[in-house]
Amino acid sequence: MAKRAAPEVNAGSMADIAFLLLIFFLVTTTIETDSGLNRKLPPIEETEPPIIKQKNIFTVLLNGKDQLLVEDELMEVKDLRKAAIEFLDNNGDGTCDFCNGKKDPNSSDNPDKAIISLKNERETTYKTYIAVQNELVAAYNELRNTRALNLYGKSFTEMEANYNDVNWPGNKEKLKEQIEQIKIEYPQKLSEVQ
Amino acid sequence: MSKFKKKKGGEIPAVNTAALPDIVFMLLFFFMVATVMRQNTLMIENNLPFADQVEKLDKKDLVMYIYAGKPSENYKQYGTEAKIQLNDKFADVNEIAAFIAAERASKREELIPFLTTALKVDSDANMGLIGDIKQELRKVNALKINYTTKKGSVLGRN
Repeated sequence: MAKRAAPEVNAGSMADIAFLLLIFFLVTTTIETDSGLNRKLPPIEETEPPIIKQKNIFTVLLNGKDQLLVEDELMEVKDLRKAAIEFLDNNGDGTCDFCNGKKDPNSSDNPDKAIISLKNERETTYKTYIAVQNELVAAYNELRNTRALNLYGKSFTEMEANYNDVNWPGNKEKLKEQIEQIKIEYPQKLSEVQ
Repeated sequence: MSKFKKKKGGEIPAVNTAALPDIVFMLLFFFMVATVMRQNTLMIENNLPFADQVEKLDKKDLVMYIYAGKPSENYKQYGTEAKIQLNDKFADVNEIAAFIAAERASKREELIPFLTTALKVDSDANMGLIGDIKQELRKVNALKINYTTKKGSVLGRN
């Protein structure tokens, strides 16, 4: 018997099949957003609020028309970051030896005592609220970045990114200590009024 | 002399499409890998706000999603006010406690303290609703929250 060569399979329609699958996945894909601003809510237990000096509170009010009132003055969102940094870094009592603030006696004592209080109304829109939250977080991040650059030669955000990176080769224990140190020096004290 | 004869008509040769399946497969694999199947069918408009100080949410299995926004085009009969969506249906504020309890029950006990609540809220929703949600979350002691936002500058957007 003569040996017959097997006929070659026609692969011409493979592209069609692949296209079909491709289009299916294209249609079903939603690239999910999985990033955002992390916050911690205060626990509900009723404790007497500690008495805080008025000059250590930075009040931010958002009204129902999305207008911003900071320390009894109208302000645009874009100026908020700078104002918040000035307040936090003020160092009124001179106990903070790394602050670069103006040492204005009428503003906050030191970053540990400075509290930002955010109050919004029910009619405030969510996007304005997020914009304000973002600016306040940015103020803290900026201060922490400067401090981290001075102390360890890299920014705070970079340190946190390294800490969360599984492939980072350095010493994580030490990095964690450094991050905690910065967090103690510039604690994020952002309170929201209900 | 036939060696030097000009080709007849000078037709353009057909483009070789043999590599086409390879290209298509490449795209296909990209989308297969990048696809995250949606867990919930959204019944609301969910146009997230922008922020640039974002942190990434890792450990997807430890996240509980609460959606809010006004009902989308197909669900107009539910009104135009912003509503909360839990899983696949509209919910009332007081159903949040039960939702959190159910989510917690479905996780291993040692993971419960690490659960984060992601609030995916439409940028046009008002803070009243979100304040209510937050109050409800405080009641059930689910204190870690994340305002899910898109990455981008906050300024100059309205």
